[in-house]
Amino acid sequence: MSEALKTKVAEVLNEPGCATNTAKSDGARKKGCTKQLTPGAAAGGCAFDGAMITLQPITDVAHLVHAPLACWGNGWDNRSSASSGSDLYRKGFTTDLSELDIVMGHGEKKLFRAIHEVIKEQSPAAVFVYATCVTALVGDDIEAVCKAATAKWGTPCIPVNVPGFVGSKNLGNKLGGEALLDHVIGTIEPETTTPYDINIIGDFNLSGEQWQVKPLLDKLGIRILGSISGDARYRQIAQMHRAKATMLVCSQALVNVARKMQERWGVPYFEGSFYGIADTSEALRKICGLLVEQGADIELLGRCEALIAEEEAKTWAALEPYRPRVAGKRVLLYTGGHKTWSVVAALQELGMEVVGTSMRKATQNDRARVVEIMGDASHMYENMAPREMYDALAAAKADVLLSGGRSQFVALKARMPWVDVNQEKHEPYAGYVGMVDLVRAIDRSVNNPIWAELRDPAPWETPLTGGVVLPAPKGACPVTNMKGAERAPTLLPQVAAAPLAAAAAPEAGLLDGLANSPTDFEDD
Amino acid sequence: MAALTHPRRALSTNPLKSSAPLGAALAYLGIERAVPLFHGAQGCTAFGMVHLVRHFKEAIPLQTTAMNEITTILGGSDQLEQAIENLRKRASPKFIGIASTALTETRGEDVAGELREMLARRKDFAETKVVYAATPDFDGGLQDGWTKAVEAILSALVPVTPAPDPDLRQVTLLTGSHLTPAEIDELVRLIRAFGLNPLVLPDISTSLDGHLAEDWSGCSLGGTPIDRIADVTRSAFTLAVGEQMRGAAQIIEEKASVPYRVFPSLTGLKAVDAFVRVLMELSGTQTPPPSVERDRSRLADAMLDAHFFTGGLKVAIGADPDLMFALSTTLNQMGAEIVTAVTTSQHSPLIEKMPCDEVILGDLGDFERGAKAAGAQILLTNSYGRMAADALHLPFVRVGFPVFDRIGAQDACRVGYRGTRAFLFEIANAVQSVHHTPRPEDFGATPLPEEFSHVPHPASC
Repeated sequence: MSEALKTKVAEVLNEPGCATNTAKSDGARKKGCTKQLTPGAAAGGCAFDGAMITLQPITDVAHLVHAPLACWGNGWDNRSSASSGSDLYRKGFTTDLSELDIVMGHGEKKLFRAIHEVIKEQSPAAVFVYATCVTALVGDDIEAVCKAATAKWGTPCIPVNVPGFVGSKNLGNKLGGEALLDHVIGTIEPETTTPYDINIIGDFNLSGEQWQVKPLLDKLGIRILGSISGDARYRQIAQMHRAKATMLVCSQALVNVARKMQERWGVPYFEGSFYGIADTSEALRKICGLLVEQGADIELLGRCEALIAEEEAKTWAALEPYRPRVAGKRVLLYTGGHKTWSVVAALQELGMEVVGTSMRKATQNDRARVVEIMGDASHMYENMAPREMYDALAAAKADVLLSGGRSQFVALKARMPWVDVNQEKHEPYAGYVGMVDLVRAIDRSVNNPIWAELRDPAPWETPLTGGVVLPAPKGACPVTNMKGAERAPTLLPQVAAAPLAAAAAPEAGLLDGLANSPTDFEDD
Repeated sequence: MAALTHPRRALSTNPLKSSAPLGAALAYLGIERAVPLFHGAQGCTAFGMVHLVRHFKEAIPLQTTAMNEITTILGGSDQLEQAIENLRKRASPKFIGIASTALTETRGEDVAGELREMLARRKDFAETKVVYAATPDFDGGLQDGWTKAVEAILSALVPVTPAPDPDLRQVTLLTGSHLTPAEIDELVRLIRAFGLNPLVLPDISTSLDGHLAEDWSGCSLGGTPIDRIADVTRSAFTLAVGEQMRGAAQIIEEKASVPYRVFPSLTGLKAVDAFVRVLMELSGTQTPPPSVERDRSRLADAMLDAHFFTGGLKVAIGADPDLMFALSTTLNQMGAEIVTAVTTSQHSPLIEKMPCDEVILGDLGDFERGAKAAGAQILLTNSYGRMAADALHLPFVRVGFPVFDRIGAQDACRVGYRGTRAFLFEIANAVQSVHHTPRPEDFGATPLPEEFSHVPHPASC
């Protein structure tokens, strides 16, 4: 790996804006936050995957992956970030390096030509060029190629030097953000600015989540100037240094970008979330507060409070019909970061019981919030091995699992309702309306009649007892030629009463005796 | 007769092929209690796994040696050993199938040699069979990886048997990567109908068919039992499905003198007839089982019904060579014209036998351009073809891998008399799904004068 990349990785891993990092001892901090992966027991994506998560939602650019086939052939068009404009970002562009390209060292030349072809065919706003393990290993200098290509054709070519093997997906998220800081943000001045311009960083508009919140901002007259990177245009990102405030949504992923924008251009930021009712309100308050501090008219605060009051009342009214359908249901959360607590309050308010919430990727702050909301720390756990989770769910120690795609089949195969709350989900759950959608999804899932049917025994699992014995038929069977007399008497079953459900013994809690798994198999 | 063209360009737009290691992983999943292991960076496995999960809608046990930059440069044999050890601890697999990736192949590790040395040293690994296939991402696609994995399995686990003791009722069925679980089921049923007992390798029909097991496994949920693999030497005959299985059949022949025949396609009347003929010979029966006779006559009838829709139909197809060949020849025999054919690998003798002039070694960008230029009327490719189908407004039949925007991909069956029948209906119905009522303008006629038109009365009461 080049010296520049090494320095960049070290810098990103020692993030002063990260609460977990600042809480560490000097020695621990030096080590950075990389954890060594265990061969044969690892899960999750690579740094390249992470960089793509950060950058791919930028809709009007061509994302060109400089790699042999697998990096993008197996990975393109697999996310649900939505666009209100161009569809270019969904197309898969790669140099698809052959053995010959690699052995003969043709990589850089091929990349240069590929950039030219993609500009010619697609006329993108910019070309984002991604390095990968193999092209980094053979030493292709994508930064030089991008520089030459930008100079020759005028379309900005942005090098994203984040080969998979530098580390985890989370590190890749951050390095993807660094590429924007180094090459995009601040390169274009907006035509007009208003005191109501904000950036949203760390929201990827999955299934249109950003649009669940945007109407609220519209009502307050707040404009999303820049977005990393939900439904973003290249020009937006180039201009986002002129926003008055930044909301950082998924704090662990892109805190480096928010902090550096504050340092370089004086754009203040706060960390917030649009998951859950209280959080959405809190986020709106903070956005307005920051804007007023930055010079917006103070009347914004009053309008904000009025909007919050109106929306909260509307939301609770919309949720009320679900209360009898979801009250008492036991929910297991296997998510991470702010999601460990942000939806808990609303679920509890509706009478659901959260029997466990995973503290993956959670900061000290997240932990404090869980304790605050749930009363104590007894419902926190780190990671659960698939086997243990299967056993807990098969033993019906919860009524529904809220998690990401990796644990989907652990739940389903245990005949347990499952609701997708991570990146691959097909339904948006942000803002006030999103909370109603989430509760509706939980209702739809836990109250589906299939669970009872699936858990009932198969016909042969109940013995044929208490039937009526029919006399042996006369003559021979036309098919088997078997004589009636040779045949065993047939048992005509009586319809037996359905087996009684096992008496509900006072059961152990889901987390009792749980050993934390060293492998985090969920991946978001 | 077709020529293979390789567009001279640097940019690949919308890849058609899935990677070779993925194909190897899929083949390994056809072995009982197996875990495939990618020798590469963590991301290679993560992307591959997501791909498999999206297609099969199943938990896929797929692991990684988690190579980083340092271990790549220094060599990854320690990583490999640790991975095997950890996998044995966590999932107690009976079989670990290793596939290399572009990363480890670029470094040029002698994985096979290191593995031999390691397995000789680590006697405690003896209960787990470990097989290795070199499958760099930069050479070929899914089908090539599958082939290499099956050949690796046979090379490693089938003993040289100079004097085999054949079971005359047993035949080996070598399945190519293009067969779905339902298709393997169909072939097994056909073989059994002749009183023969098939030994299927690899058998994803019991591992990836989508069933609810009684417990959590951590390994493949079915597949060819590991101790049955050596029994291929006892089969009277090897039936290899797909040209890609020729090498595998030859390995068995070399080791145990088992004769074989390769069936490039088992879709289409003539192709299935040839298969049935061999089954008749192997079972020594002149009279087919009644079910087979009936299925053939039903296919014949289906061809009559479908030919109205397939005759002259302009088809664009994008798939791995064996699947492309099987479906293209079937449609061609039904009067269709293959106007665009795009494939993923140059390593197939079937390419030149394709019923068209040109086969492009390319991507879905080529596919879309070709289909548009040639005026294709129907598209056949994997789910990624949805972009082309949207752009060209054409009926689209999802075939191959991956199919992620429909459920039940494992149940698609296009082989045998019954599967061919279903395939012809599928094509004919896709053609009919685009409904067009003829208008005078279509033929250059002027519309009827408006004065003849009835004007609805205003509501009277």
